[in-house]
Amino acid sequence: MSRRFDLAVIGAGPAGAHAAMAAAEAGVDCIVLDEAEAAGGQVYRAPVAKPSKLKSETVEGDRLRADLRYSGARLAFGRRVWLIERGFVIHAVSQGGRERLEAEKLILATGTTERVIPFPGWTTPGVIGLAATTILLKSQATLPGRRTLVAGCGPLLTAVAAGILDLGGEVVAVLDRAPRSRWLKALPRLASHPDLLGRGIGWWAKLLRARVPVLHDSDIGEVTAVDDGLVVKTKGGEPFACDAVAVGHGLTPSTDITRLLGVGHRFAPELGGWVPEQDAFGRTNVDGLLVCGDGAGVRGAAAAALAGRLAALAVARDLGRIDQARFEAEASAIQAALTKAGRFGGAMAAMTAPRADDVFGLAPDTIVCRCEDVNRGQIERAIEDGADTIDQLKAWTRAGMGPCQGRMCGEAVAGLLARHVGGRETVGLWTGRPPLRPVAVADLAVDIAYENIPIPKAAPL
Amino acid sequence: MPTVVTIDVDGQTIDAQPGLSVAAALLRAGIRTLRHSPAGSPRGAFCMMGVCQECLVEIDDVRRQACLVAVEAGMRIVTEAPA
Repeated sequence: MSRRFDLAVIGAGPAGAHAAMAAAEAGVDCIVLDEAEAAGGQVYRAPVAKPSKLKSETVEGDRLRADLRYSGARLAFGRRVWLIERGFVIHAVSQGGRERLEAEKLILATGTTERVIPFPGWTTPGVIGLAATTILLKSQATLPGRRTLVAGCGPLLTAVAAGILDLGGEVVAVLDRAPRSRWLKALPRLASHPDLLGRGIGWWAKLLRARVPVLHDSDIGEVTAVDDGLVVKTKGGEPFACDAVAVGHGLTPSTDITRLLGVGHRFAPELGGWVPEQDAFGRTNVDGLLVCGDGAGVRGAAAAALAGRLAALAVARDLGRIDQARFEAEASAIQAALTKAGRFGGAMAAMTAPRADDVFGLAPDTIVCRCEDVNRGQIERAIEDGADTIDQLKAWTRAGMGPCQGRMCGEAVAGLLARHVGGRETVGLWTGRPPLRPVAVADLAVDIAYENIPIPKAAPL
Repeated sequence: MPTVVTIDVDGQTIDAQPGLSVAAALLRAGIRTLRHSPAGSPRGAFCMMGVCQECLVEIDDVRRQACLVAVEAGMRIVTEAPA
């Protein structure tokens, strides 16, 4: 089965959903695919368990899902895209089997993955990501544990801690890597969005009222499992008893598809790390391929929605569905709003930007690659032996070769190598390869009856 | 939809809310270790968004990511599924 569309959008978070809606408005025949069963991405993930009280994000998410449903764009949820060929041919699998579709233009709105800087014990069950915890809280109304320690950096820290309190959980402590002065310095830029700043201040107030200790300039030194839970030691040596840890150090744009298709990338820590090179509308150096949203550089949900609309306008213009006058009029209005939204989102992203020294303190026996159990000592030995690119390191140590394909360890492995070879640009990026996600061989195999397998006649004796 | 169904986890019957992700249902039931790494260290759900593959379990005889699969009545889940 193969169908052809003007445009395929991968990802139905704020960027992808708005790209699809804007494209449909402009008369572009468009399909949007997402791995999840509903639109919203991670920030507006559809709640499956009834939340204790309706959050503004749930309201915004429900509105987004309703608008998208009636937009005229074709929606394909529960699709696991495992290969995209230039041109573009998209291969996906779902509960209904495998699917192949063609599109003249492709907009990638694939968002980010969470960056967690490794520490001893980060693989212990009960330690989960900070963004992971927002999903648990918002969509599943589930607490990570009874007593949770929250650690890392950026705005998710207080959002998660406040969310845990809302659901009736206990927050043992918040360890914020940033000194208080960094928050104060970000304030003027944050003031550009009083509504979002207000939401953040509300979270802080909630933590204060619940007397949750907030330690600035602090981070996890070590997590150990004990009989009835976990013990966290801060880098300063202070111990906290808990039964769950939520930890995250920022978001990294997902570049698996752009790497696979040969898009140029540049290293921009203030945007989360490696980002696809793009023009003001998200067009890349690959003809017909555009990027938008946090996957194109982390600037937050509000900016993502606008960037999605801009990319769709560019597609509509390039396909000749709208004239230059309409394109310019609509684009300039969106660009003005995007500049404003990007200022807030950019300030938040800067709080969590990867730093060169993030991984310098790791002990030799700390696991870096979770899938393959590769520790820092093994990585350092491979570097001493002459591994000077990230692909070479992967081949020699298996770091990044496991089921997650380096999505969890890539940043840390690259950081360790960068120290020796003079920067992330020299380290480079892992080569993108299909399958983009693990797929079962049974999902790819052709249905064939045993009796139909051609068997050559036996040679005469 | 009923508000509670039962699922089988390693031969033990537990209550779960249908529609919840299997990963969240297991967490609510206090089941945290879902598999072991190649070197034998215990692992549980980590990213909750289908990326890290740490929550891989066997659901009705198929290896799937617990965070991406919704609970249905009568599901049979096996943790420590062989790699």
